Amino acid sequence: MTSSVTTPPRNRPWRVTGRWIGISALLAFLVAPIVPLFVWSISFRWFYPAILPTEYSTRAWVEVITPHNDVVGVAWNTVLIALVVTAFSILLGVPAGRALGLYEFRGKRVVEWLILAPVIVPGLAVVLGIHVLFIRAGIHNSIPGVMLVHLVPTLPYMTLVMSGVFANYDTDFELQARSLGAGRIATQWYVTLPAIFPGVVVGALFAFIISWSQYVLTLLIGGGQVQTLPLLLFGFVRSDPAIAGALSVVFILPAVLVLLLSSRYLSGDNAAVGGIGNI
Amino acid sequence: MERTSTRSNKSTRPSVAPLSEDGARRLTIGLLLAPAVLVILLLFMGGLVSGFLRSLGYFPLIGLNEFNFDAYTSILTDNGFLRSFVLTFHIAFTSTVIAGILAVASAMLLRPSFRGKRFVQFIFSLNLTIPHLVGAVGVLYLFSGSGLVSRLATGAGLIDTPAGFPAMVNDPWAIGIIIQYVWKEIPFIGVIVLAILLSVGEDYESVARSLGANRWQAFRHVTLPLIMPGVISASVIVFAFTFGAFEIPWLLGATFPKALPVLAFESYKDVDLAARPQAMAMSMVIAFMSTLMIFAYMKLSRRYIRS
Repeated sequence: MTSSVTTPPRNRPWRVTGRWIGISALLAFLVAPIVPLFVWSISFRWFYPAILPTEYSTRAWVEVITPHNDVVGVAWNTVLIALVVTAFSILLGVPAGRALGLYEFRGKRVVEWLILAPVIVPGLAVVLGIHVLFIRAGIHNSIPGVMLVHLVPTLPYMTLVMSGVFANYDTDFELQARSLGAGRIATQWYVTLPAIFPGVVVGALFAFIISWSQYVLTLLIGGGQVQTLPLLLFGFVRSDPAIAGALSVVFILPAVLVLLLSSRYLSGDNAAVGGIGNI
Repeated sequence: MERTSTRSNKSTRPSVAPLSEDGARRLTIGLLLAPAVLVILLLFMGGLVSGFLRSLGYFPLIGLNEFNFDAYTSILTDNGFLRSFVLTFHIAFTSTVIAGILAVASAMLLRPSFRGKRFVQFIFSLNLTIPHLVGAVGVLYLFSGSGLVSRLATGAGLIDTPAGFPAMVNDPWAIGIIIQYVWKEIPFIGVIVLAILLSVGEDYESVARSLGANRWQAFRHVTLPLIMPGVISASVIVFAFTFGAFEIPWLLGATFPKALPVLAFESYKDVDLAARPQAMAMSMVIAFMSTLMIFAYMKLSRRYIRS
């Protein structure tokens, strides 16, 4: 076989067509599971073997969106938990990330392992033991308990992201601000924060989504007393596909929003992507 | 920059007088790390240790003060547990391999520049953030007996009734679970691979091609070794996740055998308290498997870097 080095192979038309067939198939597969959720959410009658609903209705959406309904309250609950969890992840994760990103010290590998472990070890491996501890502490079946257990996946994630941010951060600017007379707090506020802000935002958005999508941690530690959107959604999957469809769409919205806001930073080689395995 | 400070003395703290410089540095690191490390130690390690003690039968509240391996011997000799373990391994392994291969193929498809690439990339990365549970519900509504695919098959005259559709959800082969994981993890591995492909560029491949390698050879011997570390590290995360994830097999799994996380959860919730040490032992098996994954990963990546 004589190799044709002079012909740039990518310009052959069948290759371009092949690429587009491949891309179309890929996108179709990735979008396919989302489609029936939308259709179910506006369906009224959709019996087998009809390919599309025979009657449409806004019933599910009215039920999901009506204020003073369970769904809205549960959605706020979910947001509240995710917000508090995110706030604590920032509060604890940013300093820890700074220590790991900026300094070399003895025992650093151990600390890195300790922080990496909850990212890789599945929640179910530890949540049964945590449940036992929480019962003894009397914080099971409560919102604070659920918030605490959500920190298990979110805090290590935030710390990893911030450690990556601080690894590329130059403390000389802080020293300059200090030598020019700025106090500690002023330096943190006017120099450090603007420099790390994009990293904090991306980390926080993903910490929010990780908490937002937790299922088994909430189910076990909440003990049925704490309702969140994923638990509610699960309950409707078999009993009422229309409501489940509408809830799924509501459940997806913040996720898509987060992706839109952070897609600039998700280049794949930064730590933010690594933690997405948890969602 | 006017100051001539070097990177090495970045920890200099001008105002800490009474402590030596090294002491101040250590104090700073300690104070920065302490809150996060404490929380992770208490929750994660605390949960792990408490689960481990329970798995050894230590339960002082109900008068069990001695350690034994009863829970482990009873689950390891139980046929149901072993079937669950094999099923869970099959789910994690098959999903990871299929997702890994398709993710590399997808990244190769998306590498060159073409019209509409930004849009395609957005759709590609869309389900990075979509929760697994939503994907599982979608897969259920697509592939169940009366799901959309079954309806399309009926419309095309391939089958007559929902019963004629092959069981793809709640089936013993866990097909629905694997479809869901592949759907979710292709973009996860793909985005990481794509980033490596774009940063490496196509120069090495062009050199190989101009030296007479065909497309497959250039891919197999030049591109693949370059992206392999990324593929492996992403796959390890995927394997550990799919081995221990609960809600997807909880929704899409068969009644027998159950995936290990579902079995552990149900044993824990069992009214019979005697099943609790066994539940804890199962969760320790899951923790052990993911620890094994971390070690395998370290070993693989080290061997990789050497060659």
